[in-house]
Amino acid sequence: MMERTVSERFEELKKNALKDFPGMDGKKGATIYVGTATCGRSAGSLEVLSSFEGILKTLNIEARIIKVGCHGHCYAEPMAVVSKPGWPPIMYGYLTPNRAQILIKRFFNEEDPALEWALGAMEENDMIPTVYETPRWSRERRWLLKNCGCIDPEDINHYIAVGGYEGLTYALKMEHGEIIEEIKKAGLRGLGGAGFETWKKWDICRDTPEFPKYLICNADEGDPGAFMDRTILESDPHSIIEGMIIAGYAIGAESGYIYVRKEYPQAVSVLTTAVCQARELGLLGKNILNSKISFDIKINQGAGAFVCGEETALIASIEGKRGVPKPRPPYPANIGLWGKPTLINNVKTLASIPKILAYGAGKVSSLGMEGCMGTAVFALAGKIKNAGLVEIPFGTTLREIIFDIGGGVPPTIKVSNVAGELPKTIKRQFKAVQIGGPSGGCLPESLLDTPVCFDTIADTGAIMGSGGMVVMDEDNCAVETARYFLEFTQKESCGKCTFCRIGTKHMLNILTDITRGAGIMDDLDLLEELAETIKQGSLCNLGKTAPNPVLTTLRYFREEYEIHILDKRCPSLECKDIIAYYILPEKCQRACDACVGSCPTEAIYTRRDRLKAIDQEKCAKCANCMDACPIQYDAIIKISPISQLPESEPRDDDGQKK
Amino acid sequence: METVSLTINGKKIVTEKGKRVLWAALENGIFIPHLCAIEENPLPFGSCRLCFVEIEGKKEPVASCTEEVTDGMIVDTRTESVLRLVRMAFKLIMSRHPIICRECPANKKCALQDISREMGFKLKPKRLPQILPDLPVDDSHSLFTYNPNLCVLCGLCVYICNEIVKEAILDFNFRGFITKVGTFKNRPLAESKCNSCLKCVEACPVGALSRK
Repeated sequence: MMERTVSERFEELKKNALKDFPGMDGKKGATIYVGTATCGRSAGSLEVLSSFEGILKTLNIEARIIKVGCHGHCYAEPMAVVSKPGWPPIMYGYLTPNRAQILIKRFFNEEDPALEWALGAMEENDMIPTVYETPRWSRERRWLLKNCGCIDPEDINHYIAVGGYEGLTYALKMEHGEIIEEIKKAGLRGLGGAGFETWKKWDICRDTPEFPKYLICNADEGDPGAFMDRTILESDPHSIIEGMIIAGYAIGAESGYIYVRKEYPQAVSVLTTAVCQARELGLLGKNILNSKISFDIKINQGAGAFVCGEETALIASIEGKRGVPKPRPPYPANIGLWGKPTLINNVKTLASIPKILAYGAGKVSSLGMEGCMGTAVFALAGKIKNAGLVEIPFGTTLREIIFDIGGGVPPTIKVSNVAGELPKTIKRQFKAVQIGGPSGGCLPESLLDTPVCFDTIADTGAIMGSGGMVVMDEDNCAVETARYFLEFTQKESCGKCTFCRIGTKHMLNILTDITRGAGIMDDLDLLEELAETIKQGSLCNLGKTAPNPVLTTLRYFREEYEIHILDKRCPSLECKDIIAYYILPEKCQRACDACVGSCPTEAIYTRRDRLKAIDQEKCAKCANCMDACPIQYDAIIKISPISQLPESEPRDDDGQKK
Repeated sequence: METVSLTINGKKIVTEKGKRVLWAALENGIFIPHLCAIEENPLPFGSCRLCFVEIEGKKEPVASCTEEVTDGMIVDTRTESVLRLVRMAFKLIMSRHPIICRECPANKKCALQDISREMGFKLKPKRLPQILPDLPVDDSHSLFTYNPNLCVLCGLCVYICNEIVKEAILDFNFRGFITKVGTFKNRPLAESKCNSCLKCVEACPVGALSRK
């Protein structure tokens, strides 16, 4: 009886949802999908959106505009997909309000799809190449991000129309144990970074004989350069809600929390709408889909502490206490929120659940590699051509992700101020990639053929982490990188345990000394000793992983540390305190004053021979002059160590120099 | 009373079931350095990171304040890897603690001096420079003085004030390296509703809280 009503109720919802859903094929009239997630908004997609609205009104064209999330191609934002009857849906990138207007005029009035701005078609056709043929799409396996950018995240019907909440209807017909068994078969591991087997966590939580039980979705994504969770929260919130309902049913919890950081206002607003809509349709609350299951969700906003992503600190934060970690065991699965068994899973883990149930565990386990099944989402950032989100099956090598999908390291482009002269591109070399954010490690080129998997990445000294991937080129100094990440963790330390509170401070001081050219060789041993003991002795994973950037750079780029200490030289010319800017007299043109005007500290003066020179005492090392110097002269260079700086020439107005 | 028997440093010990290793060792005259542990607290604080021991079958040293005794457990408190961690933790604490024992109100009844004596650690941290805070001393209360510069952030006073006396006057302020114990909004103690029970002063293992 119950089985029938669940399916019936769902069919009713689905029928209703399909009525309104436009679909990508344009069969229900012209539709424009504008990406309005945070990445799009910061690139100006709201202006593009109102420009679309304006031109449609002016030209009296009938087309529907739908605000969608992010496709993960953040480098090409603002983006839109235009779907017009008679044409395949076409994806456009790098839009501006102006281009949006011209696009609509040409496409709708002149039947010219403005292919110069198109990234490709979204469907197979014989007119326009599809985006799936580009290296980026062809290597990706969209599974978690499947709906991102294709549906309106603020309309539950869109999610239901593309197959959402189907997994839930299957789950409601299963026993608790069967669901957990299915997750086990799929080989799902915690995608928050630790890689703990998801089914085990669920099993422990379900078997703890304490009631009530709680479920928490950890959406406190705080790593610099990581934005995978944000995209899913903003673009496909119902996948998380559905995953939570299923998880709640499997472990026997009736209330769940989404702990989302306050710095994601768009995500908070989308989630709030999503939860309300799910409640209205009876997908949250009492008797979900007419079954006997009840589950509801509260949204909890974090107050900005990075450490609250650690599960025990997160629980303390929800309880209204100071957000500091507690020793584990007891694990939250036994004693968690309000002292009750609590399951904490990351956004991506929970978003995988509905898909596993809807498509079957076999579909997931067919992707990936031994021990790591399914897909991983990475946020590509730093010195990379196509920054954004990529989803790849486990087992893909780092080289494929960075070079084939990400497009490799972009060259530096210097624009000439001479009319007609072409910009000069200077090729840049890949140097290292930081995986796993501030808790991860910095891996050199020689390790690029490592397949991506929790265990293989851990062997290199980095961690899989939640999926931030920051690419660095030869202009990035390894010591400075380690210092930067350690400064982050040191600032974000909660201050509870000795190792993390005092130890990371000492490490940061030593690293700062080295980048300033004030380090000594003995420091390196001390740094290593501190790093190893902090890694072993800290209370929580923030402290335990904080030394990773230092340990990996020491392992793979030790000679750079030594050069900083022994020669007081920064080989990448990045550490400001041990480099100096210098104007090459043989290249400088007397009449050009470009650098003088660009200097904010008035450090550039005119020499007696009318050439320009830099007053090192005044120089703030901002590199403005280097950018300002026209490429045909290219007279400004960085010098390290400072001792190699040639003697400064006297000023034109020498007598007046103070 | 249900009992379990275990071995610590080769010594056979019979103790109550559910007890944690640190207390089992201390009761039997085996010294394990510790600052933040409170036996009555069911959820150990685990912040000082001094009470590491090695337990057979575990890959890494564990904090003995969180580990419950089990039958047949074999514990070693002085292995190479334990000492390396404890020594560093102690050095780190001492690198933020002024070594002014002669002027210190806790001289000769100081937990840090005890650890130094028992473990043979030098008070002055070798190779680590001292990073000393220069925080104002709170002399406002009529019965006791609070010198945050001497505080080791063990949290004993915070626990007692909140959980035993249930006054909730003291708690941790700020975060990270500048964390300190203080009152709400970091106001002087005299402006707080402190009932002068002085339990926090009795609990302080160093000279941060001292009677006038």
